[in-house]
Amino acid sequence: MSGTETLDAATISARPPLMRLDQVGKTFGRDVVALRGMALDVRQGDFISLLGPSGCGKSTALRLIAGLIHPSAGRIRWDGPQELGVVFQEPTLMPWATVEDNVWLPMRLKHRSKASVKADIAEALELVGLTGFEGAYPRELSGGMKMRVSIARAMVTKPSLILMDEPFAALDEITRFKLNNDLLAMKEKIGCTVIFVTHSVFESVFLSDRIVIMAARPGRVIEELTVAEPYPRTEVFRTSAEYAAHCRSASEALKRAMGEPV
Amino acid sequence: MSIADERLAEAPMDPEEAARQRRQRRDRIGRWLVPLVVGALAIWGWDRIVVVNEIPHYILPRPGLVAKTLWIDWATLASSLIITLKVACAALLAAIIGGVGIAVLFTQSRWLEMALYPYAVILQVTPVISIAPLILIYMDTVPAIILCAWIVAFFPILSNTTLGLNSTDHNLRDLFTIYGATRWQRLRFLQLPSALPYFLGGLRIAGGLSLIGAVVAEFAAGTGGMGAGLAFRILEAGYRLNIPRMFAALFLIAGAGVAIYALTSFISHLLLRKWHESAIKREV
Repeated sequence: MSGTETLDAATISARPPLMRLDQVGKTFGRDVVALRGMALDVRQGDFISLLGPSGCGKSTALRLIAGLIHPSAGRIRWDGPQELGVVFQEPTLMPWATVEDNVWLPMRLKHRSKASVKADIAEALELVGLTGFEGAYPRELSGGMKMRVSIARAMVTKPSLILMDEPFAALDEITRFKLNNDLLAMKEKIGCTVIFVTHSVFESVFLSDRIVIMAARPGRVIEELTVAEPYPRTEVFRTSAEYAAHCRSASEALKRAMGEPV
Repeated sequence: MSIADERLAEAPMDPEEAARQRRQRRDRIGRWLVPLVVGALAIWGWDRIVVVNEIPHYILPRPGLVAKTLWIDWATLASSLIITLKVACAALLAAIIGGVGIAVLFTQSRWLEMALYPYAVILQVTPVISIAPLILIYMDTVPAIILCAWIVAFFPILSNTTLGLNSTDHNLRDLFTIYGATRWQRLRFLQLPSALPYFLGGLRIAGGLSLIGAVVAEFAAGTGGMGAGLAFRILEAGYRLNIPRMFAALFLIAGAGVAIYALTSFISHLLLRKWHESAIKREV
């Protein structure tokens, strides 16, 4: 594990490239500019948070990267393998399918039989701590557990990039903290890259090594912060002076982005 | 069991909880008992009215006489019931195949939906009794009756299934797009399961309607045709002023309707009980 290594800005910027947004813009209708001139280099192993107020285009950026919509300006280039996993704000499970069948879905759509991927499903469920719940239906699970199934489904294919759109916003704080801790552990284990949309300063500082601050009307990137604190980060980090300092600078950057006096 | 557990078991129940449990028990029994009592009272009242007013049995028979007729004429009535039920079931089956099939075609092609949906609505809002005589001219009696019952029964299945196929969770739709699902995979793994509760709702309505359609078409066919369904028996008994038999046939039709509804509800329960909100009992 790379846990005791130090993490600095140079290490982060030396990671191999995965994909790049090149002055990407998106306009809905004639004049609703959802995103303008977004440039972002995503490198393998990054944990990037897109942080900003509502309407800053962070969800639009995510949908562009996912290929659900196409840029009106600029382009998106992949340097590494283009394999995606997605986690939405809602768990978005199929209510008629068991936990196991929900996690099977990405493989099933690639025509893989359940028997042939049984081990992958079991591994993904173990990763999110839901071993033993294979046969349960989503309605039998709590909100946090449903979100864990959703994460297992995103990770089961071992994608190169996982997109998360405010996945924990609807959960209570205790569950959210626990899932934040566990998410970092899962990321370490499968070694993927994450782009995480959030409007919580605390969440973005705790989770990510790069925070992209965005502003609204029109949606755009204001600045990027680096949180060069080593992983694994635990509860200890949450109460440290470094954490508080990063939270302060992220808050100030966010205020600048919203045009408020710091 | 530990001592603490025993104490808990002996402790008197919270009065509010005890009252709630008593209420639940009462409700469980009442749900069956109250309608039965109402039915019994209505039959008793009917009997009294006939006796007190000395109404002759060829105008309004006593309920006992209706029951006796049902018993004596059982062979005739039962064979008619089976004919009507066969027609209704054939129409329902065709309605399921046609309704679901057309709904699937509609979701695959918006143009097809735009072109044909208005005509499905027109077919539905035109009273079947006014189309039936025409259909009876162009077709043999039995297929004509099945077609009439089908026209009535297929629309709720079509409209409900169409609604269900289009009511998939938009995030799940995005997920299927991201994972590069084919049209067939999207239909099979996302749209059809999403539509199942809607389809079953339509099925419950269509079950009753197929019987109504069959009986209405039989009436339209009248006694001239080779019909021998329950509607035919009612018409025939009416001409002969055999009022008790009319009542007996009427009760059989109502019973058949209830049976179809119970059956479709049961199927719906079986298919949804594991995952759908409508089939889940709340704890409190």
